[in-house]
Amino acid sequence: MEKTLNNRAWWLVAPVFAIVAFSAIVPLMTVVNYSVQDTFGNNQFFWNGLGWFQELLDPASDLGGRFFDALWRNLLFSAIILAIEVPLGILVALSMPREGGWKVAATLVLMALPLLIPWNVVGTIWQVFARADIGLLGYALNSTGFAYNYTGDPLHAWVTIVVMDVWHWTSLVALLCYAGLKSIPDAYYQAARIDGASRWAIFTTIQLPKMKRVLLIAVLLRFMDSFMIYTEPFVLTGGGPGNATTFLSIDLVKLALGQFDLGKAAAMSLVYNLIVLAVCWVFYTVMTHAGTERADREIAS
Amino acid sequence: MASITLDHLAHAYRPNPTSPKDYALKRIDHVWQQGGAYALLGPSGCGKTTLLNIISGLVIPTEGRILFDGKDVTRLPTEARNIAQVFQFPVVYDTMTVRQNLAFPLKNRGVAADVIRKRVEEIGHQLGLSASLDRKASNLTADAKQKISLGRGLVRPDVNAILFDEPLTVIDPHLKWQLRSTLKELHRALDLTMIYVTHDQTEALTFADKVVVMHDGAVVQTGTPEELFERPAHTFVGHFIGSPGMNVLPATVEGTTARVGGAAIALERAYPALPAGARIELGVRPEFAFLARRGEGVPVTVKRIDDIGRVRIARVEIAGQPVAATVPYGLAIDGTEAALRLDPRQIHIYADSHLVAGQPATGTKA
Repeated sequence: MEKTLNNRAWWLVAPVFAIVAFSAIVPLMTVVNYSVQDTFGNNQFFWNGLGWFQELLDPASDLGGRFFDALWRNLLFSAIILAIEVPLGILVALSMPREGGWKVAATLVLMALPLLIPWNVVGTIWQVFARADIGLLGYALNSTGFAYNYTGDPLHAWVTIVVMDVWHWTSLVALLCYAGLKSIPDAYYQAARIDGASRWAIFTTIQLPKMKRVLLIAVLLRFMDSFMIYTEPFVLTGGGPGNATTFLSIDLVKLALGQFDLGKAAAMSLVYNLIVLAVCWVFYTVMTHAGTERADREIAS
Repeated sequence: MASITLDHLAHAYRPNPTSPKDYALKRIDHVWQQGGAYALLGPSGCGKTTLLNIISGLVIPTEGRILFDGKDVTRLPTEARNIAQVFQFPVVYDTMTVRQNLAFPLKNRGVAADVIRKRVEEIGHQLGLSASLDRKASNLTADAKQKISLGRGLVRPDVNAILFDEPLTVIDPHLKWQLRSTLKELHRALDLTMIYVTHDQTEALTFADKVVVMHDGAVVQTGTPEELFERPAHTFVGHFIGSPGMNVLPATVEGTTARVGGAAIALERAYPALPAGARIELGVRPEFAFLARRGEGVPVTVKRIDDIGRVRIARVEIAGQPVAATVPYGLAIDGTEAALRLDPRQIHIYADSHLVAGQPATGTKA
């Protein structure tokens, strides 16, 4: 059959182009535009080339120092919460009931509850909960003789934020893993019993491989969310004490809306964005290729 | 290596069963002889998978005992029973190679590495998997995966019996035959008890020396394929085995004559002891009922003739009752009036669906 060639068909995709342009490309270009200029108000802009970027990526400069401090803080935070939430989520998913009517329903609802609370409410809940004077947690700790004060001690602030994030988001990992576990047919468990597999062997040979795909999604989502975390620490600590919990997004807002340094903030946004993209790409590539690599080589040989 | 005895076995999934309807598996007494190749045949939901799971220990029966060589294993867990099971969908451990898959049951039981290696190569060879031993199990075809599942049972030298739960469901038709032959060869070579669950009569009849037919949670007949074909003990067996199934017609019996509607059919035996009030039926397989020209037998009306490949099957009616019959080679019928010749030795009489053994006819034949 002969194909009809008609270039007017391109008009059919024009609406998509228009929507994407207005939702993504135009705003992004605005940021790019700001990142190469400086302004002194009155809507006057001056060309600054790559100046902001050079300053941003030079740890010796004021801007660069701030940026790298926040970046390391952020990476540390993501590493800690991934190290806690992923194993904990798997553990929770493994101990959730897999059948039995109301038990499953009740567990699912309970698990979903933290996910339904708005971010700033989570921050507020924990801010009140952890206060030394009236908060249940803060008061209890202090009355047992432990001088807990998240507004004064950087370590306490960090622990509080990490615990808050674990409380808020472990459910997500657990629910994703639970979905992965539910998809394993009973025959696998029966076969494993017949083969005399231990509980640990069942986990490593059946459950973990079957959860790989959902775990990839869970790790990606949790990395991105934690790397871009803003609302909860902003409400809880406001980035303090000092700059101890000032993560990249908090610093960015301070820079852009507090100090109104649009050029610096735009350069920082772009680098921030690129880091998120790069890390996600690496994660995704590594985790999807881990299993298929072997097969490809066999086909090739 | 063992014979398996089912002693007064019954199972209900709901607690406190009272009426027979509550039982997924009604009382069964049966002995699976060591080295036998058995098929457990029945339609979906007849209780055959329940029975299989009871034997393998995945389900604990509500009543009765199960004995391996006289030893009570009713409450023994699966892993202590030395049973292997092949499931409907192939179960392989995705992250492992074929070799690791086959070694897995031995490794779990703490067998020495060099013994494992020898045994795995041996079984891999028997199953025709030698070439793919070091490939990832997840990349293989469904039939190779099913062989791996089987292999994981075979590597254990102490295995008592291998249970198959509809193992060919996901296998391509042209490979089914091949895999079934492999199974038969292994059965001959290894002297293992094999129990094969299926709803496919061809699979059951070609695989097994003895077929156990189940219906509605109960065993209705156990026998060789010939017995099931020639002397179905229950009208269900007659229907279920054979294609088309046995003709079952409501009848009355007097002496050595059965009457279906107005038609008289001669029998080989007499049935003086038929229970009063029971539903009496006459059963004859299409293979033993031949279409003939008008006047040469029981008068029938021909409705249709189907060509099913190797034979032609006539769909006829005796006194309004539908019957399937074989059309002899070369026979042509004009119009719809014809006759049926029945082999008296192959006509069975059923009372309330169960076969009644007749007595040799005495005196003159009717």
